[in-house]
Amino acid sequence: MKYIDEFQDPELARRLLDDIHATATRPWALMEVCGGQTHTIIRHGIDQLLPDNVELIHGPGCPVCVTPLEVIDKALEIAARPDVIFCSFGDMLRVPGTGRDLFRVRSEGGDVRVVYSPLDALKIARQNPDREVVFFGIGFETTAPPNAMTVYQARRHRIPNFSLLVSHVRVPPAIEAIMTSPSCRVQAFLAAGHVCSVMGMDEYPALAERFRVPIVVTGFEPLDLLEGIRRTVRQLERGEHTVDNAYPRAVRAGGNPAARAMLDDVFEVTDRAWRGIGTIPDSGWRLSARYRDFDAEHRFSVENIATREPAACRSGEVLQGLIKPHECEAFGTTCTPRTPLGATMVSSEGACAAYYLYRRLGVTPTKLEASPVA
Amino acid sequence: MCLAVPGKVVEIEERDGTRMATVDFGGVVKEVCLEYVPDLAVGEYAIVHVGFALQRLDEESARQTLALFEELGLLQEEFGDPWEAAAAEAGTVPGPAVKDEAQEAQR
Repeated sequence: MKYIDEFQDPELARRLLDDIHATATRPWALMEVCGGQTHTIIRHGIDQLLPDNVELIHGPGCPVCVTPLEVIDKALEIAARPDVIFCSFGDMLRVPGTGRDLFRVRSEGGDVRVVYSPLDALKIARQNPDREVVFFGIGFETTAPPNAMTVYQARRHRIPNFSLLVSHVRVPPAIEAIMTSPSCRVQAFLAAGHVCSVMGMDEYPALAERFRVPIVVTGFEPLDLLEGIRRTVRQLERGEHTVDNAYPRAVRAGGNPAARAMLDDVFEVTDRAWRGIGTIPDSGWRLSARYRDFDAEHRFSVENIATREPAACRSGEVLQGLIKPHECEAFGTTCTPRTPLGATMVSSEGACAAYYLYRRLGVTPTKLEASPVA
Repeated sequence: MCLAVPGKVVEIEERDGTRMATVDFGGVVKEVCLEYVPDLAVGEYAIVHVGFALQRLDEESARQTLALFEELGLLQEEFGDPWEAAAAEAGTVPGPAVKDEAQEAQR
């Protein structure tokens, strides 16, 4: 495919790798923020091709993984109602709530539908005026504009049976939370390219300056990742900490002004709980007062659901980059994509799922290492 | 879910007051909303996420990036140390004695 294949070229990858090897003289720890980037890295073995002194720490940028358990439980409760058609992206189906998931709700008779776009859910609402149609609006700054446009259209075309269950999250407050954590080892960030396609880069210079970390906007193909790493290591070696754009074909400095204006109209910033991590101030969006009528939490009175995470799941530590997935005792034993304990094992962007898919034959779960083979 | 992929705009139309396009992703064709990049033209590429064009893909910039990667390797081959390159390929470190002998031999 055009503009994908060219950025997977092995010969150019070798040249970028050579340059990284020639540049890195000291140990450095870089965090790639986005789960899509984690998958490219693990799938292509990029982390194993880097010099030993350049470590990649996998970040919390998997929207499915950080959606809090209580929001999943709210989704399950709404989806089980007989008057509701519940629409979601496919990768939310198997995320475990307390006791069940959307897949189970559907098998028990709930009308759960997978859509490609939130506009598809709006179409379903138009076609079913006697049913309540709810769309599960999760995701980062990339997914928020499509969901915002859908709510805007619902209001404009007066489609009263449509609502949004919102759990949007924002990257910059998460970077701040990671950098202020006492156990933080991160020295630089590969910022998520498509988040910056929307938001631009305005939010990052203050973070780079405050924490003295290079922040390099990075794309998603193997060459994009290598170029992001190359530029980051170069900055680290020189003692610099600036914001750099290694993904200019998709990122302009000001982002997408039309999308940002729509976000400002439809959403307002709020504190948000991140699954496995906890509440991060100002790290999310909720519907603004003008659009409150389209808020599914309000419409279905599910505001007061509270939950607790299973103790065996260490996805919170994985999401903060404190451990690698295979260092969790449950990895590949009691926790697999078929029987996931946490969302990081479910999502196509979760770090645990990436390690399980591409790496499980190469890593040994901690539990097996600890007990001698008889 | 956060995946966004480049696709080529094939056809554009207004539907219910909304700017929509048919976009080709290497053979897979989808309906895509253009409201956020309204000046996209047929034949151009866009970064598309969950049925929405989020940004124009700048083809000139893509070419420049690839050219930079090409050049990076060439400069290395042109001006780099051939002994280090050979040693790297052989998986060893070039020793100074080896280097000196070679340089003397060249003279």
